[in-house]
Amino acid sequence: MKRSVLLSAAVLVMVVIIAPLLGSSHIELGRAFAGISPDHEIFFYARLPRVILALLGGAALSVTGVLFQCMLRDPLAEPYTLGVSSGASVGAVIAICLGWRATGVASLVGAALVLLIVLGMAVEGRRLSSFTLLLTGVTMNSMAFAVILFLHNLASFSQSFAISRWLMGGLDAVEYSTLAWLAVVVVAASALAMAYAPQWNLLAVGDDWASSRGVSTVRLTAMGYIAGSVLTGLVTSLTGPIGFVGLIVPHALRLKLGADHRVLLPCAFLLGGAFLVACDTLSRTVIAPTEIPVGVLTALCGGPFFLWLLKSRRRSLWL
Amino acid sequence: MSFIGRQLGFAYGLHEASFEFPNNGLITIAGPNGAGKSTLLGILAGLRSPYRGSCMFAGREVRQWPKREFARKVAFLPQSVRMEFPFSVEEVVLMGRTPYASGWFQTAEDRSAAEESMTTTDTLAFRGRDFRTLSGGEAQRVILASALTQRPEALLLDEPATHLDLRHQLSLYRLLVELAKSLLVVAVTHDLNLALRFSNRVMLLEDGRIAGDGTPVEVLTPALIARVFGVQATLHDKWLTYEA
Repeated sequence: MKRSVLLSAAVLVMVVIIAPLLGSSHIELGRAFAGISPDHEIFFYARLPRVILALLGGAALSVTGVLFQCMLRDPLAEPYTLGVSSGASVGAVIAICLGWRATGVASLVGAALVLLIVLGMAVEGRRLSSFTLLLTGVTMNSMAFAVILFLHNLASFSQSFAISRWLMGGLDAVEYSTLAWLAVVVVAASALAMAYAPQWNLLAVGDDWASSRGVSTVRLTAMGYIAGSVLTGLVTSLTGPIGFVGLIVPHALRLKLGADHRVLLPCAFLLGGAFLVACDTLSRTVIAPTEIPVGVLTALCGGPFFLWLLKSRRRSLWL
Repeated sequence: MSFIGRQLGFAYGLHEASFEFPNNGLITIAGPNGAGKSTLLGILAGLRSPYRGSCMFAGREVRQWPKREFARKVAFLPQSVRMEFPFSVEEVVLMGRTPYASGWFQTAEDRSAAEESMTTTDTLAFRGRDFRTLSGGEAQRVILASALTQRPEALLLDEPATHLDLRHQLSLYRLLVELAKSLLVVAVTHDLNLALRFSNRVMLLEDGRIAGDGTPVEVLTPALIARVFGVQATLHDKWLTYEA
């Protein structure tokens, strides 16, 4: 158990050290730290913030994927299943159509609204139905998609281009102050989820199973939904939707490590982060100076790797 | 007395059931589909509320027990478990220690409790296997081991023999009889012959009411079976046969 977590941490550290050194222009680390232009600017203002954003985004999406699959007991669940990111997308698309510059804020508002609506629908008295949660989330997704199609249809050519780019998702360098806030929330929400890892194990088997062993299932499900939605909403507002990470990283880890959330959650955080950093680095470098949308790479690189894992099925992190 | 029900009812399927259960022995609950068997068991397990009337366990209303404390006294076995994720047998058994756990890591005591119940249920041999690869009989024994790991005073089972073949049905009920020497075992069953042969007491439900409650030979009479199930039954010594 300890070995898997340490190994994941080592992979993450390695990826994070290598990633900012790679890119379309060659830089030297010594010059970057000495404050010599342009190495300094490229390293500290173009690449490093982006690596950190990818790290936090990948970690948040993977942790959310683990939580949602567990509490819905649905292997097809992912961070986008319960509607929050569609809310974020609608917010951003409205902002683009109205010419607002604060798409990030608008998408946060959209995400928060959906979170409240879905939670309001699923809570009945002191109960919370994960079935209603799932159906409400899926319905919100469809409605959001319809709104986006409608607005896209009305939009001007340049707006339409901006909408498409947003919906593709992508990582851009953001301010360090934004990253600091994101880091605080992502680490706090993930730590909260990990603190309840033994209880997640029981919820993954069933509501009655957990409840008859003393777990407060309603409180745990509500906590998982809120933590996962805050993580997803926040990350989506900064990156747009990035597919595949939150679906496949949890499954790949379960194949390798089993289903124990005490191992699964920390490893999802570490390797989810490492995976998105690696994909983003590839997206910046493969056909530089042109960038490939990172969502394309997560699916194109992660897909075959996952299929290979599915075929090999050895329970160990060592390949 | 462990469980005491007074005018116990539920929104659907159970009306004014009154009963007292002793501290040990095997009690089977039988009755046609929709008679309220599972509802009653769910109330006893603290999983169905709010209920009407009163249901006390060890002198305290079931719904007022703190969940963790209750889980150290009463264990519940669902009819079957649909497992989506690759938990190992040992992990499933260790989940029974949750009401005792104080932190993130398992203690030596947790592991020895799990080992003990795996020995009792004869599941130690496949402790490392993925639960999803087990046969119906193996899975049922693992679920039982997980419940025993709670070290309960009362064990509630919902149709434990449904997915088992003949030999496993008998060996499961023999194990339940053994366990019932020191704790209360309440099992819902559709098999009147298993009830007749193994239980100390049978409770027969009909339309959410108690139609019969007593020793197996008192309750499972051809007359009462005809009334409750609408089936002609004949009692041969200790076995029932039915005619359509």
